[in-house]
Amino acid sequence: MNAFEKTAVGQQIAGPPSQADYLLDRLFRGLAKACAWFIIIVVGLLLWKIGSKAIPAIQEYHLGFLTGTTWDVNKQVFGILPEIWGTLYSSLLALAIGGFFGVTMAIFLTQDFLPPRLALLFRTIVELLAAIPSVVYGFWGIFVVVPFIRPIADWLNAELGWIPFFGTTLSGPGMLPASLVLAIMILPTVAAVSQDALRQVPYRIKEAAFGLGATRWEAILKVILPTASAGVFGALVLGFGRALGETMALAMLAGNSNQLSLSLFSPGNTLAALLALNFPEAGEREVPVLMYAALVLLLITLAVNMLGTAIMTLSSRSYKANK
Amino acid sequence: MAHNDAQRKVVIDCKLDKVFYGDFLAVRNSHVPIQKGHITGFIGPSGCGKSTVLRSLNRMNDLVQGFRFEGNVHFHGQDVYGSTVDPVVVRRYIGMVFQQPNPFAMSIFDNVAFGLRLNRFKGDIAERVENALKKAALWDEVKNKLKASGLSLSGGQQQRLCIARAIATEPSVVLMDEPCSALDPIATRRIEELMVELKEKYTIALVTHNMQQAMRVADKTAFFSVDISQGGRTGYLVELGDTQQIFEDPQEQLTQEYIRGEFS
Repeated sequence: MNAFEKTAVGQQIAGPPSQADYLLDRLFRGLAKACAWFIIIVVGLLLWKIGSKAIPAIQEYHLGFLTGTTWDVNKQVFGILPEIWGTLYSSLLALAIGGFFGVTMAIFLTQDFLPPRLALLFRTIVELLAAIPSVVYGFWGIFVVVPFIRPIADWLNAELGWIPFFGTTLSGPGMLPASLVLAIMILPTVAAVSQDALRQVPYRIKEAAFGLGATRWEAILKVILPTASAGVFGALVLGFGRALGETMALAMLAGNSNQLSLSLFSPGNTLAALLALNFPEAGEREVPVLMYAALVLLLITLAVNMLGTAIMTLSSRSYKANK
Repeated sequence: MAHNDAQRKVVIDCKLDKVFYGDFLAVRNSHVPIQKGHITGFIGPSGCGKSTVLRSLNRMNDLVQGFRFEGNVHFHGQDVYGSTVDPVVVRRYIGMVFQQPNPFAMSIFDNVAFGLRLNRFKGDIAERVENALKKAALWDEVKNKLKASGLSLSGGQQQRLCIARAIATEPSVVLMDEPCSALDPIATRRIEELMVELKEKYTIALVTHNMQQAMRVADKTAFFSVDISQGGRTGYLVELGDTQQIFEDPQEQLTQEYIRGEFS
């Protein structure tokens, strides 16, 4: 019995949802809530597990671990400053290169530069880059990228060696080849997410720009890209996050060398590569140390993502609710 | 009135033979002269090509794939469709206001200044922005929040912002494609008053699906209809004349039927 049952004019057709409908509704809501909480719990457990295993190392090395520059298993001296530096250096370099090409490619693929079918083909090829295993990228880096850039690197070092970025010769693996390969690896992420953002710019906004007599590039650079900026920024943050955590290709290409250098050609190391290369032989005393390093990497990644989200919300808020 | 009318200069003389979208013949045989200082209203049932004709005047349709224009459009004597003419240039001299308010996701000031900056205007941008906003009857409402986003305004204010943006560079003609169709009656009335004020300085071509609106603001009215006899849906100009004559003494039967509400 409900209060509206007597209101019908003819045959009673309208009626309340059945008990089963309500049950399904509640079940679905519960499931969705459970899934959301599950993710938070998994991340929390991950942090807790790694953190608790790292405690002995944290107690022994304190924050000096973050600023130490030697990693000597025999003397039990551990410091990861070169790895933190290498991680940020290679990732930022990869972001600069991969981000530029990724966003450019997204513009190229969404702004009617190509006939739709050709654009689809290009898009598929770019997305295919994401399917290549990272170890294959590593081999490709060693056998193709390094030999290719070596003459250029040598020339730069010889002619412009006084600039810190070209301060050393390229002996093989190094920061530049690692970052180049990393740039290609993050390219599909940046390109795909930027494409979504660019496609969401309404047609009428483009029309407005063209109606004022903007050329195609003026419309893209002054109107379309700024309108999509929040999404494009999100794409860059995602790409950067991916670069920070990438392991295999960097373990093969960065040089696995404990060095702190501004030079693009010097070998170096990253946190993820350090973990991957040291775990197989880690003894009882090294595991907590590696866990400490893993915790640092995790926190860097979390910080980058949170910072990115914060900047995004702040900037979009400023243009929406500024009454 | 009549002799005054004959002296009015034709700013845009549109002699349209055929307009195609791909294989589809959208509009045929329409000669529409737009006179200086007048509001020329385009009316007709949906699909009659009134928007297509309007958008052909500043080559906005060039953005549509498969669009082809046969005929010519003379703007101050220059053929807009001449082989050496860049559509971008045409659009800088003929302003446009669209059906949906479409301000950019930037500040009110930057929205109005956009065209000025595009043309690398060297003078006092702030002064021009203020003037344009005043002419668009929006200044008093936004003068204290020029840095706020254009998207924070109401629909009617957004449309006036778009009008300010279009007239900031002082084009001689402004094309308006159903500028009030997304607005409530009060906002519509404000835009209509604005159009009448603006025609002192600007020549306006106005597409509207609202006959009363054409009656209220247009000096000349062009009635378009759809020809379905050849199996397609091809729009064409039926009759063009003084608004009063079109509504009170239409010469063509189709116009009469449409005005009286007897359209099929």
